[in-house]
Amino acid sequence: MTATTTTGPAAAGGEKRPAPSDEVTFTIDGIETTVAKGTLVIRAAEELGIQIPRFCDHPLLEPAGACRQCLVEVSAPDREGTLRPMPKPQASCTLTASPGMVVSTQATSPVADKAQHGVMELLLINHPLDCPVCDKGGECPLQNQAMSNGRPTSRLVDPKRTFPKPLAVSTQILLDRERCILCQRCTRFSAEIAGDPFIDLQKRGAAQQIGRFDEDVLGFAEPPGDAPGADVPVGAAIADESGATFSSYFSGNTIQICPVGALTSAAYRFRSRPFDLVSTPSVAEHDSSASAVRVDHRRGVVLRRLAGDDPAVNEEWITDKDRFAFHWQSAPDRLTTPLVRDLAEDGTRGALRPASWVEALELAGEGLAAAREAGGVAVLPGGRLTVEDAYAYAKLARVALGTNDVDHRARVHSDEEAEFLAATVAGSGIGVTFADLEHAPTVLLVGLEAEEEAGVPFLRLRKGAQRHGVRVFSVAPFTTRGLERMDGTLLPAAPGTEAEWLDGIADGAADGSADGTEAVAQASQALAAEGSLILVGERLASVAGGYSAVLRLAGRTGARVAWIPRRVGERAGVETGTLPNLLPGGRPAADAAARAEVAGAWGVGALPAEPGRSTAEILDALAVGQLAGVVVGGVEVSDLPDPAHARRALAQASFVVSLEVRASEVTQAADVVLPVAAPTERAGTYLGWEGRPRPFRQVLESTAMADHRVLDALAAALGAELGLPTREAVQADLARLGAWTGARVAAPDLDALEPPAVEPGTAVLASWRMLLDAGRGQDGEAFLAGTAKRPVARLSAATAASAGLADGDLVTVASDRGALTLPVAVTEMVDHVVWVPMRSPGSAVHESLGAAPGDTVRIGSAGAAAPRGDGRTANEGEQR
Amino acid sequence: MTSPLTPVLSDGWDADRSWTLDAYRDGGGYAGLEQALRREPADLVALVKDSGLRGRGGAGFPTGLKWSFLPPDDGGPRYLVVNADESEPGTCKDIPLMLASPHLLVEGVAITSFAIGCHHAFVYVRGEVLHVYRRLLRAVEEAYAAGLLGKDVLGSGYDLDVTVHAGAGAYICGEETALLDSLEGLRGQPRLKPPFPAVAGLYARPTVVNNVESIASVPGIVTRGADWFKGLGTERSTGHGLFSLSGHVRRPGQYEAPLGITLRELLDMAGGVREGHELKFWTPGGSSTPLFTAEHLDVPLDYESVGAAGSMLGTRALQIFDETTCVVRAVARWTEFYAHESCGKCTPCREGTYWLRAVLLRVEAGQGTQEDLDVLLDVCDNILGRAFCALGDGATSPITSSIQHFREEYEAHITGGACPFDRSRSALFEHAPREQRALTGAGAHR
Repeated sequence: MTATTTTGPAAAGGEKRPAPSDEVTFTIDGIETTVAKGTLVIRAAEELGIQIPRFCDHPLLEPAGACRQCLVEVSAPDREGTLRPMPKPQASCTLTASPGMVVSTQATSPVADKAQHGVMELLLINHPLDCPVCDKGGECPLQNQAMSNGRPTSRLVDPKRTFPKPLAVSTQILLDRERCILCQRCTRFSAEIAGDPFIDLQKRGAAQQIGRFDEDVLGFAEPPGDAPGADVPVGAAIADESGATFSSYFSGNTIQICPVGALTSAAYRFRSRPFDLVSTPSVAEHDSSASAVRVDHRRGVVLRRLAGDDPAVNEEWITDKDRFAFHWQSAPDRLTTPLVRDLAEDGTRGALRPASWVEALELAGEGLAAAREAGGVAVLPGGRLTVEDAYAYAKLARVALGTNDVDHRARVHSDEEAEFLAATVAGSGIGVTFADLEHAPTVLLVGLEAEEEAGVPFLRLRKGAQRHGVRVFSVAPFTTRGLERMDGTLLPAAPGTEAEWLDGIADGAADGSADGTEAVAQASQALAAEGSLILVGERLASVAGGYSAVLRLAGRTGARVAWIPRRVGERAGVETGTLPNLLPGGRPAADAAARAEVAGAWGVGALPAEPGRSTAEILDALAVGQLAGVVVGGVEVSDLPDPAHARRALAQASFVVSLEVRASEVTQAADVVLPVAAPTERAGTYLGWEGRPRPFRQVLESTAMADHRVLDALAAALGAELGLPTREAVQADLARLGAWTGARVAAPDLDALEPPAVEPGTAVLASWRMLLDAGRGQDGEAFLAGTAKRPVARLSAATAASAGLADGDLVTVASDRGALTLPVAVTEMVDHVVWVPMRSPGSAVHESLGAAPGDTVRIGSAGAAAPRGDGRTANEGEQR
Repeated sequence: MTSPLTPVLSDGWDADRSWTLDAYRDGGGYAGLEQALRREPADLVALVKDSGLRGRGGAGFPTGLKWSFLPPDDGGPRYLVVNADESEPGTCKDIPLMLASPHLLVEGVAITSFAIGCHHAFVYVRGEVLHVYRRLLRAVEEAYAAGLLGKDVLGSGYDLDVTVHAGAGAYICGEETALLDSLEGLRGQPRLKPPFPAVAGLYARPTVVNNVESIASVPGIVTRGADWFKGLGTERSTGHGLFSLSGHVRRPGQYEAPLGITLRELLDMAGGVREGHELKFWTPGGSSTPLFTAEHLDVPLDYESVGAAGSMLGTRALQIFDETTCVVRAVARWTEFYAHESCGKCTPCREGTYWLRAVLLRVEAGQGTQEDLDVLLDVCDNILGRAFCALGDGATSPITSSIQHFREEYEAHITGGACPFDRSRSALFEHAPREQRALTGAGAHR
């Protein structure tokens, strides 16, 4: 039989069939196959369904040829075309197919079979027979391939090599050197993909081991865990290759690609057996990438999450947050029944008590109806919703509450941002993709720290920079470790000046001779290349004219714009109309035709025409009694730009309905609390920043209801029909609406503002959220928390000196509202700026300062240097 | 009959302070460089190609052909790297050469660099031989001062810098790609090939890696011509080479002779095997080449003949062992060396040498079984040709060849429950052997 298959990206699509010169035809086990030039034999064999055993090989890592498990017998034609056998078996993971090559795998070649059995026996001689207690037992490539391609017994009678176990690489990652077969997948991942090499080969021969960077050997004086400065984890960790304390947001991937049980996580170690687990493909909820994950549970308890394989999105990598932070869904403060608030005996606000759904919905309906009459009810859905849920909130607001006062943005936001989103993001479908990040000639980041605020896009950008020469520019106050690892160029901008910088780049592109720095000129020129991208983060909302400047720059250079917010539900909110100026499908709420179209589809008379309020305006209106009630989804008060004001607003509201998974501050303010399902307990669809729908199945059996189902019932209690009791109903309703073909909201075009002058003793606040911080989504995961970066305040040498501060001193950053104190990390950065993490332990910017990036804060010495090795410091602004 | 010796490389070794520039020049040194600088680089490559010079580091790849593999000049740098990391057990030719005549190497480096268009050459010298490192440093310093290196070499307009780099003591760094990684400051482990060093070598630039003796042979070829060189040796193994005799031989040392000479002739010059003893086995080219016995005394020591007889010419490191030597013990020591020096990158070499060592130590101590011999041969079969580089292959050579020639001696250890040899008899000096080391314990805690 002769089968012909074609592999490789070049072969995708019938029309774009590559020219024969791009193809190679050769034979594996008697089967002729045609593959793209450069294809490895092991990959070509996979396409034919021929499984060659392997360990070091990984399709996303560079070939190593180290384990020698994939040996095959090969003949190749010589110059005269005579087939000549190669003298030795070849590693199929490093061998590229060549025309006329004849490959015989273990299936047809006794030589290959013997070679593979030989290597397998050698791999096992020093491997402990501890499979019964090993986490990997039951899903172990070594175990599996030892069964399929190994001898039944070992001939080794001599002592095995042993090591003390395990070695704690960080609070989360544990290394068992005995089990390691030295395939170097982990070290190659760290070097090639994440760019934060931390463990590496040491010693040689049978004593070779993956190990920590050993300062005793190489004369590094600084002991691990005591290193000063930034990018240092909270918990203990080993030193990385540079001698600094190891810190990685992606280290969990090394556990997953380890082909043995050498790398394990503290969270999962010894907790379960793979064959007891039920696996469900799912989608991660922690960032706007909505990475593919696999959720493994046993008897109703999620025990771990693994990266799913999704080449279009996260490839096979996820952040440690997506991997390890899932305990929040089953935290002790989960809401399980509806709660209603009784009046106390003296007629004042009483306590919450459990209630039936019937009672709670009835009370909620009455209360909201009364509030609707008394001034109106607004909706704050929060930024973590599925498409289905966000759509239900949008529809509830318009149909049941008769208002456009709906805004999912629980963060710094602006009207300019809402206009930008309406004009360029909403209803635009899948625009810029992950693949574009990898292949764009130039990528400009603005208001976006890719590693901290996006995660997986950082990995893709780094891959692009490493493999395809993507040039990365970042408008930011300093060069982060992430930017360094993307070989990126900093456009050093103080917070608030981003719009000026963007306009500067645009001008450079226009006349070809930019004023200002060399980097601006480079960025101008580079962005003009076709296919260039501008990636905008949600933080740009704090910069007046920022989004406008992005659009101006895109217009001048032709670069495409992508908006990469932090939270998973932001894009879904934009698309379904949980913004005051937008109806579902990108329809402008101010457009009568759009309103009529939606009203028609929904079968209601008319939609509210009055312009809606933004989150900040809703809170203001509640605080002064202009609005009477509010329906709040997954909003964390501490995330809001002014938490104290938000608390006052919620307290002033006459009626608050809260839909939440876990008890929160909103629960304390609520009159009726309606519990909703955590992501594992329901099916749904997240919308990634690309605009890509990311449907996921229900993982755990549960009686908990998704938001849209609760909202459907709540609307009924208000006398309105949403028609959204099931996911299918929501999707049918959405499909009925279709796409908007009318006019879009005009793009904002505000001028850049001149930033205020910085007085002595003050600095401009720069801040963003760290990937691992004090967010409640990471609750219950102490091992993960240990790998978060230690909060520091970054100042330039000049700014620090002017405030009488040195590296390691404590600095107090203060506003009229409060202060926070952190150790100083003197950083090469823009002068007159102080950077602090936005919501990390001991550094809650909104909470402590009531300030946002771009605001001016006071800086001053808080005394002597902090004791080393302890990142936590006394903090007068600590919340709660 | 005249002596078969042909001192070319070793010609100046007996001069007073032979390592100095003056002594080297007195012997006609640097004439080759002067001549070479007046010729076209391409002519020099053709000359060395024509001479038939083959790599003296062991593999015997034609040197001129290697040079011609460099891609056309693209304006970027290209490098010459001299492999002076001599560390094969028994091999001891480059170190005496560099010690006695470092300028011969420097001149060879200058000519070769000029021929291949290199402006920065590196000598990677074994770190343990500090005295050689110092002599090389001094020779390079002298050469710079005399205008033989640096800017505008001998007024020719040609610039050349030479860096002498000391390794940190790893046998694997004699493997050319591991050497390049080590030279770049990385962990010394062999690289995946392709790309070969000629295309992407040092700092991913086109690079020629040659052995010390190969490079040191170049000045002679330039001054005396390819025909002279081809007149020495055999048709396909041309020229002269250093033959290093060591072990149970009356006058051990370096014997420079045309390739194709036999051990019988060399032993005649060296005064024969140790007085009162007879030849038992020998290595033709270091411990990585399969053992020969007395029946191979008349095998011409050229690449083809040694290969046909079942071994390899290697580095012409002739270690002579007489009948007092326990072959199991000798092979066990070599195997310990390989287990210690295996870089650990690939499974067969890393784990295989560990296992071979364990079994051999047990057999040597009389605690082996008949099955152990089958295991030894099968493990060797599973390493040979399966390892990442040639280190693993070399580790199997002494084991397979010694079992082939001396199986009954292995069996005597097993059936007798102890080594049948008196170890003090094989020593060349008064020697009271230490107690056999205990074999119990937990593996490789060394």
